[in-house]
Amino acid sequence: MRQDHLITAKQLSRDDIEAVLDRARAVADDPAAYADRHAGRVLALCFFEPSTRTRMSFDSAAKRLGMNTIDMGDVDSSSVSKGESLADTVRVIEGYADALVLRHPSEGAATLAAEHVETPVVNAGDGAGQHPSQTLLDLHTIRENHGLDDLTVGIMGDLKYGRTVHSLAAALTEFDANQHFISPESLRLPRSVRFDLHETGAQIREHTDLDGVLPDLDVLYVTRIQKERFPDENEYHRVAGEYRIDAETLEDAAEDLSVMHPLPRVDEIAPEIDGTDHARYFEQAHNGIPVRMALLDTLIENAEAPEGPEVDR
Amino acid sequence: MSDHELRVSKIRNGTVIDHVEGGQALNVLAILGIDGSEGLGVSVVMNVPSDRLGRKDVVKVEDRELSQSEVDVLSLIAPEATINIIREFEVAEKNRVTRPDSVTGVLSCPNRNCITNAGEPVETRFDVVADGVRCDYCSTILRTDIAEHIDV
Repeated sequence: MRQDHLITAKQLSRDDIEAVLDRARAVADDPAAYADRHAGRVLALCFFEPSTRTRMSFDSAAKRLGMNTIDMGDVDSSSVSKGESLADTVRVIEGYADALVLRHPSEGAATLAAEHVETPVVNAGDGAGQHPSQTLLDLHTIRENHGLDDLTVGIMGDLKYGRTVHSLAAALTEFDANQHFISPESLRLPRSVRFDLHETGAQIREHTDLDGVLPDLDVLYVTRIQKERFPDENEYHRVAGEYRIDAETLEDAAEDLSVMHPLPRVDEIAPEIDGTDHARYFEQAHNGIPVRMALLDTLIENAEAPEGPEVDR
Repeated sequence: MSDHELRVSKIRNGTVIDHVEGGQALNVLAILGIDGSEGLGVSVVMNVPSDRLGRKDVVKVEDRELSQSEVDVLSLIAPEATINIIREFEVAEKNRVTRPDSVTGVLSCPNRNCITNAGEPVETRFDVVADGVRCDYCSTILRTDIAEHIDV
């Protein structure tokens, strides 16, 4: 991977993805070998909207590589509340850190940030845009359980605003995967994501109901349907209830179906699933550590390598 | 002699943009960044009959020869436009507009949540795709209503 930043899953080739996942596996197998790898370096955590797990996951990953982290804190208490532009903020923080992790409520924020700094930028979520580091850990989880070829994946829930969905769908086009998208009509994949999927010639189908497709799935990736997407609360409860998974729902599922979720969940996966062999979401969250360690390691290595043509490794 | 030439006299030197879709002439000027303050002679004819378009607009800009890269962006709102470079009252060159690969700083992104609409010091940039343009920042695709998002 000779990438300077990680902004969108669309920038990643199959080789790029596999290189990071191979490294993640090596990290998981022997974390001690990576413990001091980036001692003395600093990761800046720039979260312009609330985050618990992504922020902590990057914080932990960096520290396990020997890095220190600096956190700009909540937006309310930072210079952003004084009206500073994102472009200025990242140019200042670049001087404090060896890499930046950015979450921002506007789509395209990470693209803009990367245009203003030389330091590696990782997009940790830009509005309803992309969340590519989540995708890497999703793919790591799928690979460890099923491999990444000859796959049938169902992605369900809020496909319109779900940035983890947009990144995952793009990345899966690099593999031999059939993709099924299951959502209410009002939360279908956005036009721009469908455009990209069609451009790649990906095998995709859209459904409003899980039943017909469930038995074929190797992976069911569930996302949260948010209340604020609906003008009417009754409508929200009606729709959300239709896309809820419980033990009865999974009666027709393949024995080795993996149920995944980027978390946090509210009630879209019943707790009774947690103890079954289908549940992969906590394993998935834990995979954030080796995957983000591998990602930071790769980006910092690239940033410090001499400029030159891309070399196959 | 065609109808529009009866309404506005020939220019000596400059550019005539003909076969602009009816109603788009002011957008053409906006895209070209011509607002009259340059002191150029500008004539606009709107909604005159056209065999090819039904109704068309014509824009004449005196003493300025527009380059192909300047006019190609017009293809987004006036794909049928022809560009006539006039020298000493004669048509010295006649060209069609061709679709550019990208458009910078002309359109605003229709996605209100795009970072380009957040007061950042950034020019918009759109890739031209098969059936419209696409924001380089948020990937939103703009298809039919491009003229409504001209922001120059």
